Amino acid sequence: MTAIMDNEVVPETKRADWQSDQEVRWCPGCGDYSILTALQLLMPDLGVRRENTVFVSGIGCAARLPYYMNTYGMHSIHGRAPAIATGLAMARPDLDVWVIGGDGDMLSIGGNHLIHALRRNINVNILLLNNQIYGLTKGQFSPTSEAGKVTKSSPAGLIAEPFNPVSLALGAEASFVARTHDLDRKHMQEMFRRAYEHDGASLVEVYQNCNVFNDGAFSTITKKDVRDDMLIDLRHGERIQFGSEGQYGVVRRDGGVEIANVADVGLEALLVHDETRQDPSTAFALSRLAAGPTTPTPIGVFRAAHRVEYGSAMASQVAEVAAESGKGDIASLLRSQPTWEV
Amino acid sequence: MTETATEPTIPAVDRVIIRFAGDSGDGMQLTGDRFTSASAMHGNDLATFPDYPAEIRAPAGTLAGVSAFQVQISDHDIMTPGDAPDVLVAMNPAALKSDLDRLASGGTVIINRDTFEERNLAKAGYDYNPLEKGDDLKGFRVISVPMTSLTKEACKELGVKPRDADRSKNFFALGLVSWMYSRPVKPTMDWIDAKFGGRDLVVAANKAAFGAGHIYGETAELGDQRVIVKAAPLESGTYTNVNGNTALAWGLIAGGQLSGLPIFLGSYPITPATDILHELAKHKAFGVTTFQAEDEIAAIGSALGASYGGHLGVTSTSGPGVALKGETLGLAVSLELPLIVINIQRGGPSTGLPTKTEAADLLMAMYGRHGESPMPILAPRTSVDCFDVAIEACRIALEHRTPVMVLSDGYLANGTEPWRLPDVDSLPPIKVTYTTEFNHKNADGEDEYWPYLRDENLVRSMAIPGTPDLMHRIGGIEKEDGSGNISYDPTNHAKMVEIRAERIQRIKVPDLEVVGDPDADVLILGWGSTWGAITSALGRLRKDGHRIAHAHLTHLNPFPANLGEVLQNRTHVIIPEMNLGQLATLIRAEFLVDAKSVSKVSGQPFTAGELETKIVEMTTGEAQQ
Repeated sequence: MTAIMDNEVVPETKRADWQSDQEVRWCPGCGDYSILTALQLLMPDLGVRRENTVFVSGIGCAARLPYYMNTYGMHSIHGRAPAIATGLAMARPDLDVWVIGGDGDMLSIGGNHLIHALRRNINVNILLLNNQIYGLTKGQFSPTSEAGKVTKSSPAGLIAEPFNPVSLALGAEASFVARTHDLDRKHMQEMFRRAYEHDGASLVEVYQNCNVFNDGAFSTITKKDVRDDMLIDLRHGERIQFGSEGQYGVVRRDGGVEIANVADVGLEALLVHDETRQDPSTAFALSRLAAGPTTPTPIGVFRAAHRVEYGSAMASQVAEVAAESGKGDIASLLRSQPTWEV
Repeated sequence: MTETATEPTIPAVDRVIIRFAGDSGDGMQLTGDRFTSASAMHGNDLATFPDYPAEIRAPAGTLAGVSAFQVQISDHDIMTPGDAPDVLVAMNPAALKSDLDRLASGGTVIINRDTFEERNLAKAGYDYNPLEKGDDLKGFRVISVPMTSLTKEACKELGVKPRDADRSKNFFALGLVSWMYSRPVKPTMDWIDAKFGGRDLVVAANKAAFGAGHIYGETAELGDQRVIVKAAPLESGTYTNVNGNTALAWGLIAGGQLSGLPIFLGSYPITPATDILHELAKHKAFGVTTFQAEDEIAAIGSALGASYGGHLGVTSTSGPGVALKGETLGLAVSLELPLIVINIQRGGPSTGLPTKTEAADLLMAMYGRHGESPMPILAPRTSVDCFDVAIEACRIALEHRTPVMVLSDGYLANGTEPWRLPDVDSLPPIKVTYTTEFNHKNADGEDEYWPYLRDENLVRSMAIPGTPDLMHRIGGIEKEDGSGNISYDPTNHAKMVEIRAERIQRIKVPDLEVVGDPDADVLILGWGSTWGAITSALGRLRKDGHRIAHAHLTHLNPFPANLGEVLQNRTHVIIPEMNLGQLATLIRAEFLVDAKSVSKVSGQPFTAGELETKIVEMTTGEAQQ
């Protein structure tokens, strides 16, 4: 969330103001286009200044996004965007810092930085564009590819099980975790806005189609005609219910959650979603409802809980010490150990 | 116990080297440190060398667990903690076994006799007691003292349990040595009060042990051992005793103040660099932010992020950490952002010798990155010099928008020396300018911002986030010179590679000073922490009539402009380094000079004596007697 001063008048902007002069160079039909559009359309609504907005990315197709935003931006190196953004956000709490990356960038080479940025709850908005494949290197399996997947680097089928990014983030103590997909601009914008408004680290997993190397990875659940039955829209304070007729719902079972027919269990039995719950167990259980994007899958905000934000806590430590001991003076610093006169 | 430092009847010596050695748990570092402080207060010049194992507590009593602290005190200007100790304090058999061969012939060894029993002797690898049998101690003056039992005895009346009293035996040793060298008592008493204040029994036990050691000297007829080292004629001023890591941390703080920028340190704990993180973490009042990152890569990444935001990003580490930071350094070179990397070198490769010194990262600093990726390199020569070098690193990083590597080492990091405090008001400010207005017009005459538009030193324009209108994107992909837009154009890449090389060469570096006999046929060229040993060795050689020139590099990239000239017309160019000849390789490659190296890679710094011998051998072809 931004640190815009109260009563500050931010000039109105339009989508075009947020578009850079650089030619967009993703493959035609890539899901990244709709994500970029969603962001560029959302920005004017957030009422923020372009010069106070920074996009930081690592390497990968998704990581090219900063070049296309008319804001400050850094296209850095593979996996390191959360670390660079952490330093920037700590140094400059007045900025809105966004981190953009793909599943390889954030969960493989940069996994360590991602989990620690979430754990510290540093004020950055992390958009994880998950296409379950390495696109820029032309089609190797990623840490979110499904077991058994045949790719150029797994010709006999992928052996390992994938990460579930939402589960991983919750396990890393993330205070804000959401999921959305590239075929629903309105939902994406809602999630991006919520991430922006959250004080602390926020992670939004975006199911993003790579139409060249992993086409249709999410179409079982995200296509318009199946969405009602396959996407479970989490809404704070509401019963978790889905299906074209509202015929399905989520109930607690054996310490976890499972999908049930409303006709069998009754409306009252359905779990009411509480994203603010401090204990992340229920959010985690919800993240485990679908093993992959092939069975009914929750989207929306899994968790938006209050935790101390790292940067502001650090800034107040610095301010407290400065207030206590006064402004530092080099001459006295040099005399802070025993001295003697000659 | 009386103040004895001024008693006139005690004979004076010009210098003495003392080595305190014991088990890691015996408190030898603290003992050495206290002796050093008392000597500093007394006005001696001094230099210290803590020499300890990598394990926090290796198995008690073993050779691996020996921790030592060497200090030289003198009545004149000295540059090193000395070669062979005149006095060895051995708190257990392992300490005697590991350090006895360092002792000067005819030297004194002070032994805690109580520990020389079967179990400890066996752990040290003795199948006999050298106090009773064998030739080990032949030719040395041996003072064998039951330190443990005398300490326990002294503490008995205080109600201190014998086991707790045992912990105070290092103060007994300190008391005894303080008496022998007529050190002032009061600073140590005051220090005990301050350090252990609130724990009355500990204060009492340590003071009692110190007193017992002092009295032992007086009563055990050690009078002939007693000498005084008079104060050195140091330049007048206020002095403090400082180690390299502290001086470096303070230099960074000063650099922040001189530039008006907040310092952001991203760091990951690693020996022997961690104390820089500890020190800077204490100084939030100077606007210093410290961030203990999840790994070395995040440490430098966060520092680079802070620099991008207009702070001064710093990361501190040792060789293995620099290896991990390599890719981000490449990014920093490409982004042309200010950044300081502190490398406190240690024995390598890999984990190597974490607590021992070496200076074998020069070529890594110079070339250890992907692509043509030059960056300035600086190396302090003494612990005190770390302060000035840190400020110089800030200046270059900020004024030239470049990552800068500082190569200190474990020897400078932990070794202390007296520092005549500088007048900080006389330090010149560091100029930082960020762009706040458009700096270019496009073909249609519209205002634009070009982040890679350069000044006469090829330093690019930098507008920090938050600056209205100048929004722009930078990245690790090759950029078009000027606009900074992505460019895969072959000629542009060639141009950018050359600019990145040239802009480092354009950094103004002070000319190399040649001392000793500047036009002598023999030139000793050094860099980094070898300065003390080289200076001492050359002092002795000149006294013996040798004509030798000495030049010492602080700037290793770019080299001083006059270096080529300094190397010319020498019969011998000799380069002592704590590696297998890395500077020699650079000098030979760049200047086609037949430079010869003197290597030492034992985890120990050069001694003046071994350099003296080596230089004579190499310049006269004769082995010195």
